[in-house]
Amino acid sequence: MKSLKSPQEFGMKLKRLAAMGLAGLMLLSAAACSNTAPGDKAAMTQTSPAQQTSAAAKTVIQVNGSTSVEKLMTMLSNQYTAKNPNVSLQIQAPGSSAGIKSVNDGSAQIGMSSRELKGDELTWGLNATPIAYDGIAVVVHPANPVSNLTMEQVHQIFSGEITNWKEVGGPDKEILLVIREAGSGTRDAFEEIVKLFEEKDGKKVATVAEDKAIIADSTNAITQNVAGKENAIGYVSLGSLNTGTTRALQLNGVDCTAENVKNKTYAIARPFLLLTKGTPSAEVQSVLDYILSAEGQALVTEEKFISVQ
Amino acid sequence: MNRAKIITFIIEKFFWICALLSLLALLLILGFLLKEGLPPLFSIGFGDFLLGTSWKPLEDTFGIFPMIAATAAATAGGILLGGFVGLFTALFLAEVASPKLARLIRPLIQLLAGIPSVVFGFFGLVLIVPWISNHLGGPGNSLLATILILSVMILPTLASISETALRAVPQEYREGSLALGASPMETLFKVTLPAAKSGIIAAFVLGVGRAVGETMAVVLVCGNRPQIPKSLLDPIRPLTSTIAMEMSYSTGTHQQALFAIGVVLLVFIVALNLCVNYILKGRKDV
Repeated sequence: MKSLKSPQEFGMKLKRLAAMGLAGLMLLSAAACSNTAPGDKAAMTQTSPAQQTSAAAKTVIQVNGSTSVEKLMTMLSNQYTAKNPNVSLQIQAPGSSAGIKSVNDGSAQIGMSSRELKGDELTWGLNATPIAYDGIAVVVHPANPVSNLTMEQVHQIFSGEITNWKEVGGPDKEILLVIREAGSGTRDAFEEIVKLFEEKDGKKVATVAEDKAIIADSTNAITQNVAGKENAIGYVSLGSLNTGTTRALQLNGVDCTAENVKNKTYAIARPFLLLTKGTPSAEVQSVLDYILSAEGQALVTEEKFISVQ
Repeated sequence: MNRAKIITFIIEKFFWICALLSLLALLLILGFLLKEGLPPLFSIGFGDFLLGTSWKPLEDTFGIFPMIAATAAATAGGILLGGFVGLFTALFLAEVASPKLARLIRPLIQLLAGIPSVVFGFFGLVLIVPWISNHLGGPGNSLLATILILSVMILPTLASISETALRAVPQEYREGSLALGASPMETLFKVTLPAAKSGIIAAFVLGVGRAVGETMAVVLVCGNRPQIPKSLLDPIRPLTSTIAMEMSYSTGTHQQALFAIGVVLLVFIVALNLCVNYILKGRKDV
């Protein structure tokens, strides 16, 4: 085929094509780079696409608070704004404490918190609406005779102070920890509630005995690992608990059930609260009503959290 | 221009565009990986990053030496075991088995290559890991489990490329050897095998590449504990499984460090490919 053309002509075509290809490449890579700069996740402003087109005509609700609640809230917000295009929610996630403060000082209309209010916050007169509960089950192999641990024992086991099952009334076997990878939401929640961290130079440092643990990259991998080893202990979100192949331990004598998470007797659990101050505006009330409706709560269940209904 | 010329022109250009697209994909990935992965290498420091023994991304400690050691140990073990079995499978298929038997076994071995890697991983997690834990001790998720899974996964590659190399040895070599009075096994090990050497080495290097890059099966059975393996029963964390596990949640420097691991893997794979090219270019025998 090449013989159809003179070599010079062929060479020129080649150069032109190469130049075009390079130009395209540069454009594409520039676009790719600007989209995916690392650290973008830190600036967690969520804006619905519709809001950018006609910002003036719609009510913008500022939502501020916990990173744990943020993922659920973003999904709820997307569903809500799809049906109510006149409202848009701007969700930012600097943390529970900052969220609670910003509702109090009025810079946000809704605050998100993944813990109960405490100390001074209780005196600010905020209205707290639980929208979901997050419970974590501590799971062992079904053949493990241990059925109950205290919160203190769970802390000692995962921080590596207790290393043998006989110390908590089980057989003389080394305890094998099965934990999630750094950054996992379940791991964050577990370590926060069981207090597996210490403050070092103002930074949270995990004290979980990672050097004695197997690290699994998903809830299913945790379940499979625990189901396969009689000396293993792990944790999974209550919504993903597989009672056939693993067994959830009682905590301080309380069964790990959605019921006990809701009535606050099961300790490794936390509420997802939305906070408002004073009488909420009609739009804010409508958002809260939607989240507590059957449709909103269905999404809560779908995301493996415990519905408040 | 007549019709035939126009059609030729269009088809030629179409081929050109396809070739450019694959080149474009490669350049984009390379460019992106280097752009994201090189700056953290400099900011963390090559020495601290490559030789550091502690990986605590949430505390800004990024040392990947345990992962390099884990990848090296798992690959070496996998290639030894898989290479041993793969090479003798190839010898059997090319030199010993009757054509009928070879036609039966060959597709079955090829089928092994078609099994998705996550299935290998699941098989390992549910069967091999508990077996190791119950019979040999330790947590079960270990260097040994990783080696076993990897060796089965690279076996088809090794067997089929080695077999092709063996079949490419001219029949006259074998006939000459046999005519001189050598036994069939002497012919096999002293004539055929050395003659197919470069092709077999290329098969091994490709097998190493596959083992280094394998992720999905490994992440399930290796235990993911970032430590330098001291025994076959220790949990390990290879380079690839670190990226796979932590990419979805990572931000900032942590994410960049994962890209830097990608750069390390890339350098490794490029070096391996250069090796293969060098070996295949130097082959005069087959």
